[in-house]
Amino acid sequence: MAGSRKWVLGLIALAFIVPLLRPVFPDVVSDYRLFLVSTMIIAAIAVLGLNLLTGFNGQFSLGHGAFYAVGAYTAAILMDKMNVPYWATIPAAAIVCFIVGYLFGLPALKLEGHYLALATFALALAVPQILKYKWLEGLTGGVQGIVLMKPEVPFGLPLSEDQWLYYFCLVVMIVLFWGAANMLNSRSGRAMMAIRDQYMAADTMGIDTALYKTVTFGISAAYTGIAGALSACAIAFVAPDSFGIFLSIKFLIGLVVGGIGSLTGSVLGGIFYVLVDNSAQSLTQFIRNDLGLPFDLSAYTVFGVLLIAIIYLMPMGIAGGLFMAYRKLRGARA
Amino acid sequence: MEQFLQQIASGLANGAIYACVALALVMIYVSTDHINFAQGEMAMFSAYISWQLMTWGMSFWVAFVLTVLISFAMGVLIERLILRPLHNAPVLSIIVVFIGLLAIFNSMAGAFWSYLIKEFPSPFPKSSFGIGGVIGPHQLGVVVVTLIVLGLLFVFFRYTPLGLAMRAAAQNPQMARLVGVRVDWMLALGWGLAASVGAVAGIMVAHIVYLEPNMMGGILLYAFASALVGGISNPAGAVAGGFIVGILENMVAYAGNQIEKATGVYIIGNGEKLTVALIIVIFVLTVKPAGLFGRVVVKRV
Repeated sequence: MAGSRKWVLGLIALAFIVPLLRPVFPDVVSDYRLFLVSTMIIAAIAVLGLNLLTGFNGQFSLGHGAFYAVGAYTAAILMDKMNVPYWATIPAAAIVCFIVGYLFGLPALKLEGHYLALATFALALAVPQILKYKWLEGLTGGVQGIVLMKPEVPFGLPLSEDQWLYYFCLVVMIVLFWGAANMLNSRSGRAMMAIRDQYMAADTMGIDTALYKTVTFGISAAYTGIAGALSACAIAFVAPDSFGIFLSIKFLIGLVVGGIGSLTGSVLGGIFYVLVDNSAQSLTQFIRNDLGLPFDLSAYTVFGVLLIAIIYLMPMGIAGGLFMAYRKLRGARA
Repeated sequence: MEQFLQQIASGLANGAIYACVALALVMIYVSTDHINFAQGEMAMFSAYISWQLMTWGMSFWVAFVLTVLISFAMGVLIERLILRPLHNAPVLSIIVVFIGLLAIFNSMAGAFWSYLIKEFPSPFPKSSFGIGGVIGPHQLGVVVVTLIVLGLLFVFFRYTPLGLAMRAAAQNPQMARLVGVRVDWMLALGWGLAASVGAVAGIMVAHIVYLEPNMMGGILLYAFASALVGGISNPAGAVAGGFIVGILENMVAYAGNQIEKATGVYIIGNGEKLTVALIIVIFVLTVKPAGLFGRVVVKRV
């Protein structure tokens, strides 16, 4: 444990120092790369939210894109209509999403397994249309969405906008992961996992299963909602059609690749899906120009094949699979 | 009044499509307890196959029959190759695999045939078909084709030995195996049939919503609602549910329209169709999970 803490602190220190090297290596640490890493951080937070619910509490959700959308729209509306500063929208989005998630958790109490997946899948399919609802148009901007301003660098710090955004996202992520790790190590966390592993036994032992399940739903939604709010700040634009079913599928791939029920895995999963999403275009060019095949490869072909392959080969996710392989190798040597 | 009848008729036509997809979902659910999240994308893929066959010069009905056969093989293959090894896997693994299939079919259709919207022909002649002003030729054709498919399925399951064996395998696998039914193959056949029924729905609906990789998203949601309303464990219920939901969908939009006309207040319209389906899904799941005609499942604790 002490060893892994040293690693984590070292990685955090590295994450803080690298962007400052921009003047030294302007080509390696470019603004675009920093922005890309910021989106990875946002993805990691979203996947962590889903992981808290599915990985640690055993409730399935194929509709976390909905909470991401609520978070993003909360932030966007606050900034656009009420001139709230961007940093204040993060806690606001967390509160709104907690409430929405808690309320969705109430009917979810009656559903298990396939049925909960079905209900959340339905939610994910309906989200873009709900966002376009005529009565909300004044707030949400309808099909056009809302265009925002990128966060400005405060206190006259000598940073570029992307550098500042990166630090902002990084701090939010560290706080959220620290909070999640502490929660999972506490009585409440153990209760959550007990519900996942042995629902009946947890209930018999006096754990208020209904309360824990709904509150976990709320916390999970709040995490994903914060990611949504951060993405609204980062991209400076929200529109209904970017919150469809495929957003939820991305979170799912992050969850499965990183490892279900693993905090580190959430980070890896987030990094992974952003990377694949971003390299799909160059992959397509490779297939078209170098291999000469007339296919437009989309990231989702890769996602779909990986989802199935991982379930077959590495049920604990890539992180878990590598860890197991490492242990096997070390065991073989000793 | 005529407008009202029109709404009912087009509700029936939509309902026929929902009924097909819902039936496909139920056929897989009854025999394996899985909800096939990829059903809509499989139907979409089948519609693309028939489009491709038609651009190669086949007539509509030849392409139709061929597509149904290809889809059958596709369904059998998916069951044998991908789902069979996961027989005892946890629920989450199965759901993840279905979502993986959904992503693969969707993106492959986009890769092969591009994301551009394509027109899909209707085989029903404009002049002789349809009942003046109330129901269009394609709508009537969809209802007729669906009813024929449902009739064939009914005859198959009710009066053929193979159908009986499939029902037995779904209802009581152990016993069926004891009397010599090859249960594993029955499940694969069930998948094949489900894929074929889905293909019929895909081909029929492609003319209405136009052919594109995301065309089945909303229809799948409505099919879920239909299957749940009818009771997800009851094939006949799913068909009834399809028609009920199809008419309900149009009635809600119609009522919303009338309210807007009368009071000038917009409450609900065509833009909220998916929201209506979402509400139906959550309502049925929480209030009456067995649906109208489903079996109430009692779990031993």
